Amino acid sequence: MKGSHVLELTRRLTEAFGVSGYEDEIRSVIRAEIAGLVDEVRVDTLGNLVALRRGAGAAGQPGKRVMLAAHMDQIGLMVTHIDEKGYLRFAPVGGVFGLACWGSQVRFADGTVGTVGLDGGISARDKLPTLNSMYIDVGATERAGVTVQVGDVAAFWHAFAGQGSAWFAPSMDDRIGCVVLVQLLRELAGREIAHDVYAVFTTQEEIGTRGATTSAYAIDPYVAIALDVTLTGDGPHTKPALEVYLGRGVALKIMDKGMISHIGLNQLLIAAAEAEGIPYQREVLQVGSTDARAMQMARSGIPTTALSVPSRHVHTPSQIVDRRDVAAAIALLVAFLDRPITV
Amino acid sequence: MMALCDRLERLSNAFGPSGRERDVRALLRAGIAELADRIEVDALGNLIAYKTGADPEPRLRVMLSAHMDEVGFMITEIQKSGLLKFQPVGGLDPRMLPAKRLVIGDARIPGVIGAPPPHLQSAKQASQPPRGSGGQPVELDDLAIDIGAESDKEAEAKVKVGDYGVFATQFTVLSRDSSWPTVRGKAFDDRVGCAMLVALLAERYPVDLVVVFTVQEEVGLRGARVAAYRVEPDAAISLEGTICDDLPRPPDVDLTPVTRLGAGPALTLMDRRLVSHPGLLKLLRDTAEAEGIAIQYKAPGLGGADSGAIHLTRAGVPATVVAVPCRYIHSPASILNLNDMENSVRLMAAALRRIGREHLERAG
Amino acid sequence: MDKAGIGQLLRQLVAIDGPSGVEALVASLVADLARDVATETRVDALGNVIALRRGAANPPGRILLAAHMDEIGLIVTRVEDSFLHVHEVGGLDPRALLGQEVTVYPTGPRTGQTFEVSETLKVFMDGKGLPGYIGGRPPHLTAAENRDRVIPLGDLRVDLGLPRAILESGLVQVGDRVAVRGPYTELLGGRVVSKALDNRASVAAMLGALGYLAAMQHSWDVYAVATVQEEIGLRGAITSAFEIAPDVAIAIDVTFGATPGLNNAETVAMDKGPAIGWGPNLHPGVVSALRKAADAHEIPYVVEPLPGDSGTDAWAIQVAREGIPTGLTSIPIRYMHSATELVVLADIDRTARLLATFIGRLDDAFLASLPEEV
Repeated sequence: MKGSHVLELTRRLTEAFGVSGYEDEIRSVIRAEIAGLVDEVRVDTLGNLVALRRGAGAAGQPGKRVMLAAHMDQIGLMVTHIDEKGYLRFAPVGGVFGLACWGSQVRFADGTVGTVGLDGGISARDKLPTLNSMYIDVGATERAGVTVQVGDVAAFWHAFAGQGSAWFAPSMDDRIGCVVLVQLLRELAGREIAHDVYAVFTTQEEIGTRGATTSAYAIDPYVAIALDVTLTGDGPHTKPALEVYLGRGVALKIMDKGMISHIGLNQLLIAAAEAEGIPYQREVLQVGSTDARAMQMARSGIPTTALSVPSRHVHTPSQIVDRRDVAAAIALLVAFLDRPITV
Repeated sequence: MMALCDRLERLSNAFGPSGRERDVRALLRAGIAELADRIEVDALGNLIAYKTGADPEPRLRVMLSAHMDEVGFMITEIQKSGLLKFQPVGGLDPRMLPAKRLVIGDARIPGVIGAPPPHLQSAKQASQPPRGSGGQPVELDDLAIDIGAESDKEAEAKVKVGDYGVFATQFTVLSRDSSWPTVRGKAFDDRVGCAMLVALLAERYPVDLVVVFTVQEEVGLRGARVAAYRVEPDAAISLEGTICDDLPRPPDVDLTPVTRLGAGPALTLMDRRLVSHPGLLKLLRDTAEAEGIAIQYKAPGLGGADSGAIHLTRAGVPATVVAVPCRYIHSPASILNLNDMENSVRLMAAALRRIGREHLERAG
Repeated sequence: MDKAGIGQLLRQLVAIDGPSGVEALVASLVADLARDVATETRVDALGNVIALRRGAANPPGRILLAAHMDEIGLIVTRVEDSFLHVHEVGGLDPRALLGQEVTVYPTGPRTGQTFEVSETLKVFMDGKGLPGYIGGRPPHLTAAENRDRVIPLGDLRVDLGLPRAILESGLVQVGDRVAVRGPYTELLGGRVVSKALDNRASVAAMLGALGYLAAMQHSWDVYAVATVQEEIGLRGAITSAFEIAPDVAIAIDVTFGATPGLNNAETVAMDKGPAIGWGPNLHPGVVSALRKAADAHEIPYVVEPLPGDSGTDAWAIQVAREGIPTGLTSIPIRYMHSATELVVLADIDRTARLLATFIGRLDDAFLASLPEEV
């Protein structure tokens, strides 16, 4: 794997703007990245970027239709009110935790920057903050100076950083999944793969796996795999039990709050991982879900699972992944697609 | 305007909780018989009216929806005392319920949800007021419906377990001032939408119109989902009655009301179930500007309408919502401004004349 | 088919473990049991068993019966020392787990060899689970103030009673499944106790209905589906209803049986027949036809008011595709979601007879009659 190339790709994708429902910028960044790597690209009604890499088929063993989904959207804040002094009240877009906001820097689509403030400031520092008690401060000294409008959306902002094998960004969920998918397409270039690969960069996952719902209906794949992040059992006092750790490989989803993975599909992935010596971890997640839960329910039902890059501090402004896990995810997908698929 | 107000009155007074919309459907069906080219009722009870467009083919198929159902009640037990236990159908705040009048079942038996008198407190409860009387808020388990029966036998002669009920509110005009005409009644969410749809059906537009009066929105956008699957529209707009909380606030609370009465049709940027399609939002904004109609934006992140289910059907549908502000929705009576209703109809009619493929696209 | 036959079906069905997502063994049994009374049987992409019993040559319609075959259970989240941490799959009551016998299904160590595709399924196919126990800590060693508290699932451990070294070799993996043990036991009054009456009682009723139908005439095609993953989100019902696209559907599930101490408004009488659901989730025409069928054949039933989400496969089926007129029959049971659920066998038989009778009465006119009733 071209190390610094993937790092730079990750930088580009994690720093692009794309809050759920407002993914135009990240979509055009990804579209540019995959140009030349796929046979067809379109944007559907919900804004999903749907790319098809046609399979070569094989005599007597035609390829299958495989859908891989990574969501482009990130959680954010939508302005609901601008007060007389120029402070912005907001509603969450996706799962925003009160604990993860105060003092964070946010950025709007046009580049306007703000800091999330807390009513009462320092005097409120010992209480658990609610989203209603916070606001975005764009540094204005009067109302007239504020150009932001009600309905504008902001994302948590921080520059990407790489440090040893650890990569940091606010949007690893799920730009790192997008990195895996883009890099997979890059590594498949020039390879003959039997299967039709639908690489779908979905929208609005964080607000209800919406993009995956409609795109899976349209594609009706033979199997589907979501590429997302998952939590880890790392950390000094982690509860509940989760045997997924940074640096130990790609996480194979057995079950999460929204779905139970197809056992046969998981077995194919395990077989490929074991054959190629790719490190993987078995994931049983007690909170949270992915696009997989939507894809599994399309039409008459699709055998589905998820491959996740373990991430610390998910849904906070500084999420950490390990580049070795990213590499493992890509390698496993290559190995999986390089084999017959029957479930 | 008169016709619109009359229609709203009839629809508001009609009995139609989620799952038992038949009376409202019958009223609407009679009202649109002459206006639609074709009418169907589907498996869940949605009333679907088709109206072919005037333009040559190919034409867009636009689905408009409003839900027929209102929040209500269901009798779950007839107690030995003759009192009736019940559960809400759809979302109701239990604090709203004590001392309210209902009608129950096909025979429309009158009843009340009793409120314990504030005077009475046992010595044991002296330090903690009985729930519902001045002290703590009521919970559903504490409430019962009284139809005047003194025994279960007497009650069973009039009602049965499973019977539906609704508030007994009658429609009233509050203000006839043409600059601020207001009315009060139950179920404005979403009989106002239904009334507006009938008004829109009176015209023929360039596009094919499918007007759907949906069922069971209040219990999960159920009717809209299957209707959209059947209709396969190119675009969908839900007409709603929405939250309006423009009461004066304490001076230290500086917040935008969700919507304001009299400020015009409310557009949705984002609610709990839908991020509006940008092309349709642009259509509505441009239309409002061209027609000189003042609009407002519903505060983001609250509530949900039929479009929330419609936009996720099949391979996805561009969708949005246009709503009339209603104070006190999901309570026994709401208040709305007829000008908001009139302007919403004007906005929609003009938008239907303007809508084109360019409004259904996404930026690449 | 008769009440004894229903009892036999139930006894076989509850003897097998089939937690949500790993229903294969139960599916296999259902397919076997359906063989004599169905025209064709298949298993779909998610594992639903679809048994089709054809009616007339030109059937006026197709009816879907859905009874979920999955049961709630536990899943291993960590192996610590010689004990297992577990998490629930479906809504298990942790209060009923203290002192509970369980069966653990290990997938075995990772040997570095390539697994065959159905390795995990093979473990279940062999039916070889290991006995385990959830014991909790002795009260003597529990601080006084904690002795009254419910122990959350995250603090409970499954003990296999095996030496630590065996666990360390990787016998049990994260993701392995654990079922509760609750053998079939007869009590007085034709009552039976077992685990997984939710929802094997309904599967027994459904297969029983097919058995009764075998001795009757019916013109409609009957798709009897043992659905998967109901307990975690009605998953099998969503996809099988889409696939089969029936004209009418009846979901068969269990409901809360009257028990002293519980609110009458929230429970259904035991031994008075199935509960026929009534509310927005259920089509009034289907409900009416179920009641007429019951009345005509003197099958007792009660009406269960359901003001919203019925919490069953019916909720998913009703909104498949363009919408499906749906009904719900529920068998009352006590102590739901514990290892000692309790049912009156006669209620299962009554359900089977009601379904068969209802289906036998379906004719050309039924579909056309529905729109007036909605």
